Amino acid sequence: MAEQPKEQLRTAPSSDRRRLLRTGMGAGVAAFAVAASGRARADDPSPPADPDWSQSLGPGIGDRVYGNPSHFEKDVIRRNVPWLTANAESSISFTPLQYQQGIITPSSVFFERYHAGRPTVDPAQHRLMVHGMVDRPLLFTMDDIKRFPSESRIHFIECPANGGMEWRAPQLNSLQYTHGMIGCAEWTGVKLSTIFAQTGLKPGAKWVLAEGADGAHMARSIPLDKMLDDVLLVYAQNGEALRPEQGYPVRLVVPGWQGNVNIKWIRRLQIGDEPWYTREETSKYTELMADGKARGFTWPIYAKSVITFPCPEMPAKGPGIYEIRGLAWSGLGKVKQVDVSLDGGINWTTARLHGPILPKALTKFTMEWRWDGSPALLQSRAMDETGFVQPTLTELRAVRGTNAIYNNNSIQTWQVKPDGSVFNVQLA
Amino acid sequence: MSSWRKLAVAAIAAACIPAALGFAADKGPLRLGTTPTAAQVEGWAIAVRPDGQGLPAGSGSVKDGDELYANVCASCHGTFGEGVGRYPRIAGEGKLTGDRPEQTVQTYWPYATTLFDYINRAMPFPSPHVLPPDQVYAVTAYVLNLNSLVDDDFVADRNTLPKVKMPNREGFNWIDPRPDTHDAACMSNCRPAADVKVSQTAEGKTLTPRTTGPLDTAMPQ
Ligand code: HEC
Repeated sequence: MAEQPKEQLRTAPSSDRRRLLRTGMGAGVAAFAVAASGRARADDPSPPADPDWSQSLGPGIGDRVYGNPSHFEKDVIRRNVPWLTANAESSISFTPLQYQQGIITPSSVFFERYHAGRPTVDPAQHRLMVHGMVDRPLLFTMDDIKRFPSESRIHFIECPANGGMEWRAPQLNSLQYTHGMIGCAEWTGVKLSTIFAQTGLKPGAKWVLAEGADGAHMARSIPLDKMLDDVLLVYAQNGEALRPEQGYPVRLVVPGWQGNVNIKWIRRLQIGDEPWYTREETSKYTELMADGKARGFTWPIYAKSVITFPCPEMPAKGPGIYEIRGLAWSGLGKVKQVDVSLDGGINWTTARLHGPILPKALTKFTMEWRWDGSPALLQSRAMDETGFVQPTLTELRAVRGTNAIYNNNSIQTWQVKPDGSVFNVQLA
Repeated sequence: MSSWRKLAVAAIAAACIPAALGFAADKGPLRLGTTPTAAQVEGWAIAVRPDGQGLPAGSGSVKDGDELYANVCASCHGTFGEGVGRYPRIAGEGKLTGDRPEQTVQTYWPYATTLFDYINRAMPFPSPHVLPPDQVYAVTAYVLNLNSLVDDDFVADRNTLPKVKMPNREGFNWIDPRPDTHDAACMSNCRPAADVKVSQTAEGKTLTPRTTGPLDTAMPQ
């Protein structure tokens, strides 16, 4: 017989006593017994309450070999907008930003974007080919990739279509659906410059085609300069292997640039002297201006911010003191300043930035808010270290019209009503 | 330092990156990875450029593409490329201005080579990479014909595709013009209070899926 753990032996008498109390005896005796033990009843929420979970043993180790959030947090899931796409395999889901505390997006709820569903890639069979205008074309296994000197960095990835439904008018009454095509994680991998030092580069090399192993062989042309500057070939996210949703076993992270170029499940890098003008950089991920001309290769994410509390999903609960919370980011560098307005942009107060303040990463800001219950129009405005200031939607529309779909980095307005409810609105 | 390595370092220096490349450059090549065979490179290198680089041998005519398109593409994209349900419309005329711009292969795509590249890498959607080059050429020719971009007797191959005239070839600005808004961070009395009015709201619209409970799969009315 296995030896009984000491802990269990020691607590056995008291749990026997409780069983007795619960089953056989009258309420008076039970009340007396509880009072005698100095503990309040479990259904009395006032301290010193001692609810069921304090009067029993929880499951031991081995019960959950890979952890999950508390089951009380079941609302915290990636959600999607069914009418947005024709099917689930070429579609997008949204990060529940209304629950995100701090700058790291949990891997489990990091937004998904697929062009041919989520492939199941066997790391033992997966290869990365680097070829084209190189001195030595090379084929790498995952073991090879992991043996290179490694780098870990925190960066956001945002789909440039984030907020794309809002160009004409507010459509979705939700932070998750208006801003959730973004996530921020710690990524670990190899610098592309290290890889290219192995293959060598031929004179005249200027562009790199990055291609995925998914069914759509998702492909984008990326300037070689950017690749050599700060692009990573990534195999880990937040301390563990990449999730399949995020490109397992290996993906590109192109810091600060639109999500779509951060090719997942990457299988091939072709070096050339001109771009390929793939479908994902012509038919899609180009911005149609009001005059019918389009902008292409608009890669960096310009400074943007949003208030994550309060928001439509997280209303205020009566007048009193609150902490306005939000996230700001810029694909051009660090966030330098975030200002918050309570009156729809008439007056602004500089919010407190919380460290770490990292380039091309989400940055947390907060501001104390004493709410007297009167209507408010909350806005946040980010400025990055280049001096770029987040524009209003009116300003963006004036230069780009309403057909651009991508790169809507405008100031979000949340309308707070006297009952505390919050709505996504646009101002005249 | 081996000669390929010298070249590599020279090329990288030419591409203006700092000299320090970690231990890779300092202590010689890591010799990780293997040299792919010519067959492996040919099998994987599917990307096609506007000048035709990357287009495989083979050919396909509009006529060859007719039946093929009807069998493998029309169920989603429609007999005339008009799009079935919410599947993309891929053919037809239209304007790129106004409230409902119509971006089709005819009105929007700058290069015909991109059509071959995309069909070859991603279509038919449920079972990509099943069509041999001749068939990809054939459906490409057919879709171009649906878009009135080539005649009925057109045969697509590595020579003809780069020459197809695309109406919107010059419709793109490939140089990012941003920043295109003013970098002004006014702090107080930035606009008259009377001007600050809610002009539009998402309140009352039925477009927002549920944000609590299980995933919402309902479509709005
Ligand atoms: C099961 C439905 C389905 C079938 C069958 C199908 N497609 Fe598609 N097609 C799609 C979807 C979905 C997309 C959009 C994918 C995306 O955006 O990631 C698409 C996109 C396209 C596009 C690009 C549209 C644009 O505006 O960018 C072209 C061109 C295309 N398909 C051609 C074809 C051809 C040719 C065939 C037959 C060989 C075919 N498709 C078969 C569903 C289908």
